Amino acid sequence: MAIVAKFRVEREGFTLDMALNLPATGITALYGASGSGKTTCLRAIAGLERLPNSFFQIGTEVWQDESNGIFVPPHQRQIGYVFQEASLFPHLDVAANLQFGQKRIAAAERQVSESHIIELLGLKPLLKRSPAALSGGERQRVAIARALLTSPQLLLMDEPLSALDRALKQEILPYLERLHQELAIPVIYVSHAADEVTRLADHLVLIDGGEVKAAGPIKQVLLDHQHAELFNDGASSVIEGQISGHLEHYASELRFGRFALRLSQQDHPVGQQLRCRVFASDVSVCLTQPHDTSISNIFPAKVSSVGDGRRPGEKLVTLQLDQQQHLLAQLSSHSVERLQIHPGHHVWAQVKSVAVL
Amino acid sequence: MSGVDLTVVWLTLKLASVVTLLLLVIATPVAWWLSQTQSKLKPAVSAIFAIPLVLPPTVLGFYLLLLLGPNGPAGQLSAGLGLGTLPFSFAGIAIACAVHSLPFVVQPLQNAFEAIGKRPLEVAATLRASPWDTFWHVVVPMARPGFFTAIVMGFCHSIGEFGVVLMIGGNIPGETRVLSVEIYNHVEAMEYSQAHWLAGGMVAFSFVALLAIYIINHRANRRGTL
Repeated sequence: MAIVAKFRVEREGFTLDMALNLPATGITALYGASGSGKTTCLRAIAGLERLPNSFFQIGTEVWQDESNGIFVPPHQRQIGYVFQEASLFPHLDVAANLQFGQKRIAAAERQVSESHIIELLGLKPLLKRSPAALSGGERQRVAIARALLTSPQLLLMDEPLSALDRALKQEILPYLERLHQELAIPVIYVSHAADEVTRLADHLVLIDGGEVKAAGPIKQVLLDHQHAELFNDGASSVIEGQISGHLEHYASELRFGRFALRLSQQDHPVGQQLRCRVFASDVSVCLTQPHDTSISNIFPAKVSSVGDGRRPGEKLVTLQLDQQQHLLAQLSSHSVERLQIHPGHHVWAQVKSVAVL
Repeated sequence: MSGVDLTVVWLTLKLASVVTLLLLVIATPVAWWLSQTQSKLKPAVSAIFAIPLVLPPTVLGFYLLLLLGPNGPAGQLSAGLGLGTLPFSFAGIAIACAVHSLPFVVQPLQNAFEAIGKRPLEVAATLRASPWDTFWHVVVPMARPGFFTAIVMGFCHSIGEFGVVLMIGGNIPGETRVLSVEIYNHVEAMEYSQAHWLAGGMVAFSFVALLAIYIINHRANRRGTL
């Protein structure tokens, strides 16, 4: 199943012109600065905003086709929408908020079990409370559950964590990961937080100035040097693997492909799937295998491309570890010249630190 | 209180109840439209529904008399429908009172609807509620304090109606003679003690009604600050 969208609108001083072709599986992140048009795009998908000359199709269902005068109003679209602020109904308690959408769909369409969702998002102790008596994080969990209980074909999330502080974000992220692992509902996730996106997304759409700059599997999009600067906190690559063991000296090991990465000690059990982000600025390159270095994560790699970095005098080098895994290294152009780093050369990549997501 | 006065009180309460119902039916869609529209007509429509606030009741009453009278368009319509003429009847003063009290009901409702904002309506739509469903299950409960204010204001304003009633209805016992007219009659006839009963009762009633509005709005405001 696929999602095909074409949105076009001109407003004072701003043109939005996007064509999207997304897989209807997993989590797709729409990433961009505020004002880039990503929220407008999400609202258009939901039908909350009717953009002229636009088209939207999910699977075989056409929700909008202005050239044929088709526009399905939002309440007839099988979507779930989580807004930036939880927006619970203040006149209803948590249980009634949860049931609001659920009781408006036919029993035959209910594919998501209420008890499962309540368990998944840890809402059991909150059911009888009024929204006013909840913390920000609790409210957002209720809002997510409320949207899921309509058994949506597509879950739309508009920066659901941005109104929360860091601690609350950390409280909700594991719930989002569980949704991802346990429910087969595709998600479109709007965000301008690089850490959330790299942690959750399978696919990444980079949006800037109302246009799609890049789209594809997240690992692939991140490797493209041109997009590094759009990702606001620096070029990076993503490593996804499984915890394979806990080591001495407060360390854990993450296995990915035929490689192993040494991490600071993790609480997760062996076998747990984990994502890490390696910033290009934390990767350096040696021509020979270094032995007398304090860095413990060293991988043989092949240079696949050398491109310009963000600032003059900087180069971004893409290193291929194997078919699946690449790393980005940010080097000075002086070093690149001195070491004669060219595509096809074999080098050793030293990873100084890893951000566990 | 004499039996005549009790008839007057009963008639007044009946009038206020009928008028309040009529007002809710008319003012709710108007207030909803005003709260949601981006139409250029909004200021004009707002002004039309606020006019009764500033016009002297005699002016309003005069034009309503012409409109509802046997030669007026509304009068001819009601006569054609076999309803007879409206002036000097209960139905006539009910319509006149409703027109005069409209702004007192439209405005609190419009304020309450505007205070809800767009977001709850959008949330309801994404939860599969049609606009009609959303109105009854989100807008009405969220605007409850506004409805309460509107009902109390409409009711109290109708109970105190004098000028318009006099212009349209005259002074027919059991049909159009309401409290304020009766107080006027008592004062004219120097029956001050009877006038006191009715006038004092109105003061007490108005105070209690307004107190209830303020208490309820105060509570709603405190609850509303999430």
